[in-house]
Amino acid sequence: MTAAADLPAALSDEQPRAGNRAWKKLRANKSAFVGFLLVVFFVSIAALAPLLPIADPTATDWGAIRKGPSAAHWLGTDELGRDILSRMIWGAQASLLAGVVSVLIAVSVGVPFGLVAGYFGGWIDQVISRATDALLATPFLILAIALAAFLGPSLTNAMIAIGLSAMPIFVRLTRGEVLAVKMEDYVEGAHAIGLSTPTLLARYILPNVFAPILVQATLTIATAIIAEASLSFLGLGQQPPAPSWGSMLNVAKNFMTQAPWMAMWPGIAIFLVVLGFNLLGDGLRDALDPRET
Amino acid sequence: MMLSFIARRLAIAIPTIFLVSVFVFFLQKLLPGDPALILAGEERDPETLAFIREKYHLNEPILTQYLYWVSGMLRGDFGISLRTNQPVLELIGEKLPVTIQLAVMAMVIAMIIGIPAGILSAVRKGTAVDYTANIIALSGLSIPNFWLGIMLIMLVSVHLGWLPASGYESPFVDPIRSLETMIMPAFVLGTALAATLMRHTRSAMLGVLRTDYVRTARAKGLQEKVVVLKHAFRNALLPIVTLSALLFGELLAGAVLTEQIFTIPGFGKLIVDAVFTRDYAVVQGVVMCTAVGFILMNLVADVLYFLLNPRMRTAL
Repeated sequence: MTAAADLPAALSDEQPRAGNRAWKKLRANKSAFVGFLLVVFFVSIAALAPLLPIADPTATDWGAIRKGPSAAHWLGTDELGRDILSRMIWGAQASLLAGVVSVLIAVSVGVPFGLVAGYFGGWIDQVISRATDALLATPFLILAIALAAFLGPSLTNAMIAIGLSAMPIFVRLTRGEVLAVKMEDYVEGAHAIGLSTPTLLARYILPNVFAPILVQATLTIATAIIAEASLSFLGLGQQPPAPSWGSMLNVAKNFMTQAPWMAMWPGIAIFLVVLGFNLLGDGLRDALDPRET
Repeated sequence: MMLSFIARRLAIAIPTIFLVSVFVFFLQKLLPGDPALILAGEERDPETLAFIREKYHLNEPILTQYLYWVSGMLRGDFGISLRTNQPVLELIGEKLPVTIQLAVMAMVIAMIIGIPAGILSAVRKGTAVDYTANIIALSGLSIPNFWLGIMLIMLVSVHLGWLPASGYESPFVDPIRSLETMIMPAFVLGTALAATLMRHTRSAMLGVLRTDYVRTARAKGLQEKVVVLKHAFRNALLPIVTLSALLFGELLAGAVLTEQIFTIPGFGKLIVDAVFTRDYAVVQGVVMCTAVGFILMNLVADVLYFLLNPRMRTAL
């Protein structure tokens, strides 16, 4: 990119063109498109859950306990006679919400810290970077388990725990990107014409470090969904009777011989939605990389 | 030279460990309500509560509390488990070998699958082999490993009756039985790592295969097998070795769920049981030990990298 010459254009029509090009590249990438479709599918069923003609996910039926798939219950019933299809669809809401909200927490806390550390350097950078190292030293899931344990088990606390555990990745990523960008001529230029630091950060630095953050966020949603399922599986996330894929698996493991279908569906759903976000994230990385043609 | 390198790494590691201890200490401040009441459990007797406040210095300012806590840890006193009344460090020492056995077996499985798959997919870049390996790796990363564990138990233990679904035996008591109980959990844990390892091996190999010395090796008529394994792979190995240290964290986190499913009495099961019995000293001890272990592993990896790579020495 010839930064100096493009400076005015960068603000007007260069951005949508870059976006368009990325979208075209994404469309052309078959596996990324499959990922996109998977994500759209799960987001739609989660969003439409209240409107779909399905059973109440918490309604028990003592006459239909642990029945295999049938016309009445397409995916079978669980140990309390609840309809598994309906619990799967409502469970999608919990999983996706947990994935997206925890990543939003991670991004909204992590990115500002990374911006500040990378832009100002010096002792601020030292403090932020050492704190980030300290958080990264604890494995993601163990930190999330410890936080969820001290905060108390609930879906909200699981999201906070996952978000805080994922946050240091964004601090480190943003810091690294800012270090690269702040030496560019257009940043020097903006500085020279006397723009205030917040304006400079918001208008010149942030948009130029946005792409890798978006890619990382997409991939982290995948990790966060697995983390939520893991916490709920351990009993530290979604609490009964509200459904989530992880808590459904937690119950299902007690009925492996009598009702194997109970363990099948939630696992397949987690696999597909996580695969979707991983494919989409990999595709976005390729599409947003200006070096590749 | 070497010493100054290690000193510089330590200068980063020590403040990091200090910050970890601050975070772990403040975890307990997240607890809602009076910590004395929580530590007392069922007990509501005012004398017991007063004793607990005295013992854990809960009446002192927070900084003093931290100093008591941290100086205890430096002397190897991580507190007492509320559940078993054992010192936390002793409890960790008991459980850790089990998890290390699981982790080592998982790592071996991951390397056997991941490294050859990565080499193959780099050498055959853009072919069906490469795509298949990538799809399998991405699937491996997307499957929740606790679910894979449940499915394997259903298939291998329940239907086929080949391996036990749970339990643990020390390899020093009964090696065959130990292998039988550990092979399935190690496979579950290993597959997730194999995927990561494959992707890294692939990209490291792709980088090396583009270099001039590989082209030279080919140009002088060496067999492709020799070029790939002797010239390319040896040089790609460096980033792979360093990655193994970073995978340590992933292994421990994966072990938490794997041990839960296969009821293996290891480090991971310890933290989960501690969470449910509100045995907070154990939770803090486990987090602290994991973090310090991870930082030390990274230090070792850095030193190894330094020793293995002559270019690093001049770069400093």
